[in-house]
Amino acid sequence: MTWVWFHRFGSPPHFYRLASRLTPWFAWPAGLLCLAGLIGGLVLAPPDYQQGDGFRIIYVHAPAAWLSLMVYVVMAVSAAIGLIWRMPVAQAVAASCAAIGASFTLVALVTGSLWGRRMWGTYWEWDPRLTSELLLLFLYLGYMGLRNAIDDLGRADRASAVLAIVGVVNVPIIHYSVVWWNSLHQAPSVMKFGRPSMPPSMLIPLLLMLAGFTAYFVALLLIRARGELLRRERTARWIADALC
Amino acid sequence: MLKFLQMGGYAAYVWPCYALTAVVVALNIRWARASLRSAQRDARRRLAGLKADT
Repeated sequence: MTWVWFHRFGSPPHFYRLASRLTPWFAWPAGLLCLAGLIGGLVLAPPDYQQGDGFRIIYVHAPAAWLSLMVYVVMAVSAAIGLIWRMPVAQAVAASCAAIGASFTLVALVTGSLWGRRMWGTYWEWDPRLTSELLLLFLYLGYMGLRNAIDDLGRADRASAVLAIVGVVNVPIIHYSVVWWNSLHQAPSVMKFGRPSMPPSMLIPLLLMLAGFTAYFVALLLIRARGELLRRERTARWIADALC
Repeated sequence: MLKFLQMGGYAAYVWPCYALTAVVVALNIRWARASLRSAQRDARRRLAGLKADT
C-alpha cells in the first residue's frame, strides 16, 4: 500500500502530467520569494558593521552555493535510484540536474571571488572551501562530458550515475571544509546547530532567497525532466496522448 | 537612489554579482524551455513517422 505512490511517481505518463501541472506552483512562488528577498536584502537590511554594504553579496552568493550542493545531491540520489531500479523518471531527473548545478556552481565561485577580492584582497586562494567547490564544478562538467561522449542513452545513464555517486563524497567535504581546516572562508552562519549568527533583519531575506532559489530549481527540474522523459520513452504510447 | 546604487562604495563588487546571477537565472529558464520544446518536436516528428509507416 505504501509503495503505491512510489510506483505512480515512477510511471512516466503520470510524472509527465504531474510535472507539467506542478511547474507554475513552484515558478510563481519562486519569483515572489526572490522579489521579497531582494527587497529585504538590498533595501531593508542594515549594512554590516564590518563589511558595510559589501555583505549584500551574500543574498546571491549563498543561494547559488546552496543550489550547487543541493542539486548535486538530488542528481546523485536520483542517478542511484535510476541505476538500481532502472526507473526512467529517476534517470530523467538525474540527467536534468547537471547543467543547472554547474551554472550555479560557477555563480557561487565568481560571486565568492569578487567578494573575496574586496574583503580578503584576493580573487582566488587554494583554500579548502574554494578548492572543493571548484572540484564540484569539475564533477558536474565531467558528468556532462561523459554523457555527451556516449550516444546510447541507457549506457550514458548508467556510466554517469556511477560518477555522480562517487562524487557525492565531495558534498560533505565542501560543507565542513570551513570547520575541519583553517579556511579564509567564514564558518556557516545559518546551516549549523544552535542559533544563526545573524540578526533577523539580515537573516530573513537570506532565508527567503534560499527558499526562492530552491523553488526555482524545482520548477526548472520539472520542465527539463519532461523533455528527458520524452527522449527516453521513444516508442511509448502515452507520448501520443501527452502531446496532443 | 544614487546612494543605493553606490552601495556604500562596494558597487563595483555588489552589482556584478547580482548581474551575473540574474543572467544565469534567466539563461537557465531559456535552456530548460528550449530543451523541452526540442524533445517535444522530436517526439511529434517520430509519431508522425510511425503513423506514416502503418
